[in-house]
Amino acid sequence: MPVITLTVDGELVSARHGQSLLEVLRDLGADLPTLCQCPGLSVQGGCRLCLVEISGTNKLLPACTTEAAEGMAVTTGSERLQEYRRMVVELLLAERNHTCAVCVSNGNCELQALAANLGVDHVRFSYQYPVMSMDLSHERFGLDHNRCVLCLRCQRVCDEVEGAHTWDVMARGGMSRVITDMRRPWGESSTCTGCGKCVQICPTGALFDKGMSVSEMEKERGFLERILAGRSRHQSKGQGHGRSRKGNGDE
Amino acid sequence: MDAVGREMAMSKKIRLATAWLAGCSGCHMSLLDLHEELIGLFDAVELVFSPLADVKEFPAEVDITLVEGAVANLDNLELAEIIRSNSRLVISFGDCAVTGNVTSLRNQIPVEDLLSAVYREGAASLPGSGDAEGIVPKLLPRVLPLHQVVKVDAYLPGCPPSPQRISAAINALLAGELPKLPPDMRTFG
Repeated sequence: MPVITLTVDGELVSARHGQSLLEVLRDLGADLPTLCQCPGLSVQGGCRLCLVEISGTNKLLPACTTEAAEGMAVTTGSERLQEYRRMVVELLLAERNHTCAVCVSNGNCELQALAANLGVDHVRFSYQYPVMSMDLSHERFGLDHNRCVLCLRCQRVCDEVEGAHTWDVMARGGMSRVITDMRRPWGESSTCTGCGKCVQICPTGALFDKGMSVSEMEKERGFLERILAGRSRHQSKGQGHGRSRKGNGDE
Repeated sequence: MDAVGREMAMSKKIRLATAWLAGCSGCHMSLLDLHEELIGLFDAVELVFSPLADVKEFPAEVDITLVEGAVANLDNLELAEIIRSNSRLVISFGDCAVTGNVTSLRNQIPVEDLLSAVYREGAASLPGSGDAEGIVPKLLPRVLPLHQVVKVDAYLPGCPPSPQRISAAINALLAGELPKLPPDMRTFG
């Protein structure tokens, strides 16, 4: 596999041809915040937390969907990038009703941890307080739209790993919702296998095991790596971090 | 300045206030959980206003005010504005002041519907025979975090902030700096 050379934060580094910038940066041990990205799933490019500066373009590009190229000069941690990352997290917190103090995932939440790590100690935007429902029709799991960040990890893990494709997303912008089976109640889904991968992969308290109270929902993050370790590459659409979100579509 | 004057200036205590807007007072309970640290604190500060002290009016020329609770009604709004104009530094103390938190859970419900559900349709009635005018402060249409009402100088998140967080923040303030807490001490919730 051909090796390419690029510059990351002033240092010359080498990478394999075809790697995404995020993969290169992770290999270097860089601490780049991500929310929608999840090793083992296809890339989404949705959360914009891994935005980087690349010389020669004024656009900030997500490291997860950008392929590393020969001679590229990348900046990962400028004050401008940090400010945009803080804004992304603040907008996520303002968009729905994330009340950490009364959340099942309080203390075990990726959004909460991101906010603290990025220095978000208050939100400068007006909270939207949208009226959001919950779906508690499933026997074992619950869905709380108030806490969903639309990372679509649930959708991808269900489609790409479980192969059920129960989850999808409806509507646009602030009206977007994750849905099960063409917006049927989750408990009535004919495709859901009840495997719970979506619950474990969800970064917040949007998907949870029923019966959990405040701070009790601890998710098991390692399951995906274990499952995928036992599969060959062609068995999983997402593995290998394909550039295109949908893969080839015919796998 | 003579020696006595200098000593008086040196020993001038920092004028600290704490206020309780719309919150559960849990942040003040956490403040009391500083235990023996409070004794040292009161060597350095004079508590000039607080729900823990019997002071009726918010005084002038306060150095630091810790504000617990969100801004939910007209009384909160009025006090928040007085606090701001009379304090050198205003600190949002706990999640309700910082984010609205539990206090703001009512924001999805119109105020009139809320009052009807709680008072008019329930077993109890609104104080003042169904009309609260002049007896209980009018609710704002939406509960607001403190910084959306007045300028806030620093934020101390947590529900409640642990005594360790409060201690770190107060020590920074007493040293003349705005608190900059490490990531694990600035989480919401």
